[in-house]
Amino acid sequence: MGFWQRFLKLDRRWIFLGITVVVIIPLIKPIGLPIKPTKPVIDLFTYIDTLGPESGAVMVVTGFDPSTMPELMPMEQALLRHCLVKGIPVISLGGLYPAYIGMAKMAIDEVTEEFPDKKSGEDYVFLGFIPGVSAVILSIGIDIATTFGNDYYGTPIDSLPMMSSIMNYSDISLVVDVSGTSTPEYWLMYAQERYGVNVGVACTAVSAPAYYAFLQSGQFVGMLGGLKGAAEYEELMTRKGYPTGRRNATIGMDSQSLAHLLIILLIILGNVGYFIVRRGERKQGIIMRKR
Amino acid sequence: MRRKLPLIIAFGIGFAMLIQYFIPHPRSEAFYNVIVQQWFIIIFAFMYIFALRSFFMHHITKVKKKKEGYIFSAVAMVSVLFMLLSGLITSRGPFFDSLYNYMIAPLQGTMFSLLAFFIASAAFRAFRARNVQATLLLVTATVVMIGRVPIGDYLWKGMPALVEWVMTIPSMAAMRGIRIGVGLGAVATAMKIILGIERSYMGGE
Amino acid sequence: MSISTSIWVWIAALLTLMVYSFLYKDNPFYRLAEHIFMGLSLGYTLTILWYNYIIPRVYEPLFLPPHQWSLIFPILLGLMTFGIFSKKYNWLIKYPLAFYVGGYAGLRIPLLLQSWIIRQVEASFLTPDKFTSVYSSINAILIFVGLVTTLIYFYFSKKREHGFGAAANVGIIFIMVAFGAAFGYTVMARISLLIGRMQFLIQEWLGIM
Repeated sequence: MGFWQRFLKLDRRWIFLGITVVVIIPLIKPIGLPIKPTKPVIDLFTYIDTLGPESGAVMVVTGFDPSTMPELMPMEQALLRHCLVKGIPVISLGGLYPAYIGMAKMAIDEVTEEFPDKKSGEDYVFLGFIPGVSAVILSIGIDIATTFGNDYYGTPIDSLPMMSSIMNYSDISLVVDVSGTSTPEYWLMYAQERYGVNVGVACTAVSAPAYYAFLQSGQFVGMLGGLKGAAEYEELMTRKGYPTGRRNATIGMDSQSLAHLLIILLIILGNVGYFIVRRGERKQGIIMRKR
Repeated sequence: MRRKLPLIIAFGIGFAMLIQYFIPHPRSEAFYNVIVQQWFIIIFAFMYIFALRSFFMHHITKVKKKKEGYIFSAVAMVSVLFMLLSGLITSRGPFFDSLYNYMIAPLQGTMFSLLAFFIASAAFRAFRARNVQATLLLVTATVVMIGRVPIGDYLWKGMPALVEWVMTIPSMAAMRGIRIGVGLGAVATAMKIILGIERSYMGGE
Repeated sequence: MSISTSIWVWIAALLTLMVYSFLYKDNPFYRLAEHIFMGLSLGYTLTILWYNYIIPRVYEPLFLPPHQWSLIFPILLGLMTFGIFSKKYNWLIKYPLAFYVGGYAGLRIPLLLQSWIIRQVEASFLTPDKFTSVYSSINAILIFVGLVTTLIYFYFSKKREHGFGAAANVGIIFIMVAFGAAFGYTVMARISLLIGRMQFLIQEWLGIM
């Protein structure tokens, strides 16, 4: 068997090891490549940055579970920080599925630790989870207090000072769905089409290509797509002098760069090997026929 | 009647919710409020029963028949009880939160991170430029992979702009076409459900 | 380097390594971790449902004042789902399913049409405001052509001959570009998940970062 034939049969565990090495090394020894924000991220950032304490609440919806936490948690935390630093009343919705509320709690606990002067019920409200998915989205458009009853901590929503002026979507400036699934489409369908609320999206890189269509039509005000989107938002926060926490997304981008280069190299080598082996087999086929 | 009555219910409520959208009368709005805020939310929650049944039927059968790996099924069922009791006894206190943050989150995150290894292996073994279309797909993928990370900007200043153009123009156009097709299919399926032509959601007899 | 002294971080790290052992080969440690996860996540869901739904939305409205007796009807309809546990009463589950699925079908139709179809088609029209420069004009035409040819490609009921076949072939080009872009983004997403776990192991567990 020739070199390329042996190479194409390479034990995949060597590939696993290669991926592990290229991801770990930049985490220990960062390269520090600059992050350049793109238009969809700038649009969402600018929209939130123009809001203030008097301009209606921002609802940040946690639509992910631990499987997509590395991509989406930095986005959620950056969005919460942005709203809190601007004094925008923020409603953190614990998600449309039970698995999401743990992520919402993790995000709100970590971010509010950095803002000790911000109080639950006055500057932000953490709503729990109610089953129903689309029914919950529609129900928020009728009345938030009736939909949820209490916040996550068991306090009646009617008694929260921040919620005295927020009844439904007409008092909300923007809904941002931080989602690892297709729930942003539900927010467009049920919240935006029915009630006219503005919607932004922070999604995994898997979903992002499909959402460019909604971005171009103006249905989404802006989009954060994947870990790069999170890193771009952190960059914009840094440029404005806002708190950014540990910038976990930015830290990961060097590893992302090297891993992509390795995968491209694997694709090229795989194809080179494939064509060389195929050409060799064709030649052998000609020699066999001549014989 | 057992087959007909559910179809009549589906038609009745489906048609009512469809025309309600076009009737701004207060009675119509009140009907919508009651159906959405009470009926849909309450009924949806009971759907989790299906997941429960599926889980317990599978694992109880494995343990009863002592099939291969039945010990693991027993571990799974004990884990359910452990988590449930932790939540109920501590009223979702710090111990319950820690179980989520330090057991569920790392387990689920790690399982999904295995995909990174498999996609790298698949890239080497399976992605072949066998024809013009496959080559176009791979070239686009390569351009996007380089352009969407900081090293792309470092290698060529125009790379991020090229990728943005690819995402917002040709890729978006095709995705929009697919989206419209899927939307038309979804509307057709919804009509079929209301009219009783599509009945698979009700299961067998 | 300062290794974590938290027992919880060590538990998380151990479970992470048990799952990663699958990369070498399938083994009992991986299967143990997998089944622990299945059980814990279902238990978590049940607990959340109990506190966020059963107590505030079923128990309190019915049994505590002010009693909302009208909720008895949707609750009874929902309780019919328990029929799935019985071979004799299995047919009961059709009623809540018919109500829920039928109702949603009706609710969705106008909203789907508006959000996924009308707005998307509207955004693709070649209106004068899209022809402000050569660059924007070319892009607008490309979007329109890409959309139409993609839809033509997926229309399998008509024979691919003459102009229709040529249009479908143009559509394939746009579709391959879209799938290539989607693949690139998918690779990005998967690698990000690995980066997250490595950050945890290196930063929180081993304290190297």
